Amino acid sequence: MTGWAEHMVIAPIVVPMLAGAVMILVGNRRRRLTAGLGLASALALLALSAALLMVADAPEVRVYRLGNWPASFGIVLVLDRLSAVMVALTAILGFAAFVFSLARWHRAGVQFHPLFQFQLMGLNGAFLTGDLFNLFVFFEVMLAASYGMALHGSGTARVRAGLHYIVINLVASLLFLVGVSVVYGIAGTLNMADLAIRLRGIAAADRALLEAGLAVLGIAFLVKAAMWPLGFWLPGTYAAASAPAAAILSILSKVGIYAVLRVWLLLFGDGAGESAGFGGTWLTLGGLLTLGFGSVAVLANQSLARLAGASVLVSSGTLLTAIGLGKAAVTAGALLYLVGSALAIGAFFLLIEFVERGRDIGADVLAVTREAFGTGEDQEDGEPGERDAIGVPIPAAVATLGVSFLACALLVAGLPPFSGFLAKFAISSPLIAPGGGAPPAMAWVVTAALILSGLTTVVAMVRAGIDAFWVSPAVDPVRVSVVEFLPVALLLVLCAILTVAAGPAFDYAAATAQALHDPAGYLQAVLPAVDNPR
Amino acid sequence: MQLVVSLAIGLLAGSGVWLLLRARTFQVTIGLALLSYAVNLFIFSTGGLRTGAEAILQSGEVGTLARYSDPVPQALVLTAIVIGFATTALLLVVLLAARGLTGSDHVDGRERGR
Repeated sequence: MTGWAEHMVIAPIVVPMLAGAVMILVGNRRRRLTAGLGLASALALLALSAALLMVADAPEVRVYRLGNWPASFGIVLVLDRLSAVMVALTAILGFAAFVFSLARWHRAGVQFHPLFQFQLMGLNGAFLTGDLFNLFVFFEVMLAASYGMALHGSGTARVRAGLHYIVINLVASLLFLVGVSVVYGIAGTLNMADLAIRLRGIAAADRALLEAGLAVLGIAFLVKAAMWPLGFWLPGTYAAASAPAAAILSILSKVGIYAVLRVWLLLFGDGAGESAGFGGTWLTLGGLLTLGFGSVAVLANQSLARLAGASVLVSSGTLLTAIGLGKAAVTAGALLYLVGSALAIGAFFLLIEFVERGRDIGADVLAVTREAFGTGEDQEDGEPGERDAIGVPIPAAVATLGVSFLACALLVAGLPPFSGFLAKFAISSPLIAPGGGAPPAMAWVVTAALILSGLTTVVAMVRAGIDAFWVSPAVDPVRVSVVEFLPVALLLVLCAILTVAAGPAFDYAAATAQALHDPAGYLQAVLPAVDNPR
Repeated sequence: MQLVVSLAIGLLAGSGVWLLLRARTFQVTIGLALLSYAVNLFIFSTGGLRTGAEAILQSGEVGTLARYSDPVPQALVLTAIVIGFATTALLLVVLLAARGLTGSDHVDGRERGR
């Protein structure tokens, strides 16, 4: 295949980059134009990612060589099922958060739109790149934009949380660099596929040092994924961020999970010889601890936003536990869980905004923002955009919000009938099945942890829901504009579709997991000249 | 040569970590800067350290690839320097904003015990 179709792999990086650059040139005075550009870019990304999902659903892995250099010299982008799924997830959440922000948040600070585009670019780049140093570069693009997004709207709480967030991520980036340079110093390559092949034949004297380098690298990933005890920054930062920023940030923690999935399974999969399974126990133990900490944090938090932050921890813990077990069937369930929980938590972050608005909490922060940036027509009014908003009177609006909240709660906690339950079932069923391969004690511990974390999430969500919708009715009539509610509805409908179409989705996840655990196809595609022994 | 470079990296990293754990935002920033210098030197040193080597070619001699140091770490370190510099600048802005909004230069935005 030649021509345009081949360049489609790089398009998810180029489209937001160009859109962001043009937005900076246009300037932030012409909001309508920049918002239009952003919408066009978000729609284009949606279409592209749908196409990529279909292209990737094939045994062969697509490789895009920048400048057409062979992979051992040049830089490659690699599209396989996992990359395609993550890019699609980014596009969906990005679209939802963008549409949501159009109602009012995009006016709360300068340069929101370019930052948003660069955020998408960094995310897509991190998911598509095939070498470790480019992964670092795209991590930095994504993080630099996320610093701006986390601070978007300003205010004391955001700046205080943002300061911690930036410092912790800068330290993580330094660890990333140390890991990358140790790996390069020993193995002499940064290409992930090349590294996986060289790892098999590495001298025994160098193996320990290389593994140490990769472990340092892993710490950098796990800080992003917020594994206990590296994740204390997460609930505070996510709770302080504005709703659309938090929805995008919720996929940032999935980048850490993605990096672990990609690098760990590629390098330390079953074909890695002496290093096979290196650190897997640590991942599972860390995941279980994160799950435990997250479950307690979910119960302990009073505010809805911190509750959502804690449920990100639960989601990370579940994923790390499942991945660390190193079984293809379990990984397939984890992938299904990843998609479902990213969509549900994104929807939850957006939904919280409505509920908090009705309860008049956090309005002080918003007021400070308005004062600082002066948004013109809606200065004295707490509800901007009255004219274009369809004001829904209390009962209908609250009922809609309540139903959405219920759906979110079921999804996040992993109860039937939604995809969260199916995914958790898919994780634990191969574990406890006879001949599952995992040590039986570990299998039961993991299953118990999954169920208990679901229970605490349900308790916390029910308590928060009763408090928000029944006990303390809204101070003002909750006004929900259609533009704002559409993204939430979109995310929840997608979750419902994921439930109804669980069969095909699970097949896709199973094929993805199979390819991740047996990366011969990946290695063959990136380095076709190398005689691959597998 | 190896001893000097490794001592320098160790000293920079040690002081960087010490400052990073302090309570004042400015100390944290300087700590991060020192740490990033340590990391940059570390990356640079993975390309191989040699003393008294010729810059490009010895006069009257055909060069071989074995006599060059590896250029990739140098490219990496350039990228790392640029990114580190930009993020430190960003951190300084946030530091100033935090100082202005909270009225304190404590990393938590308030003094301990208050």
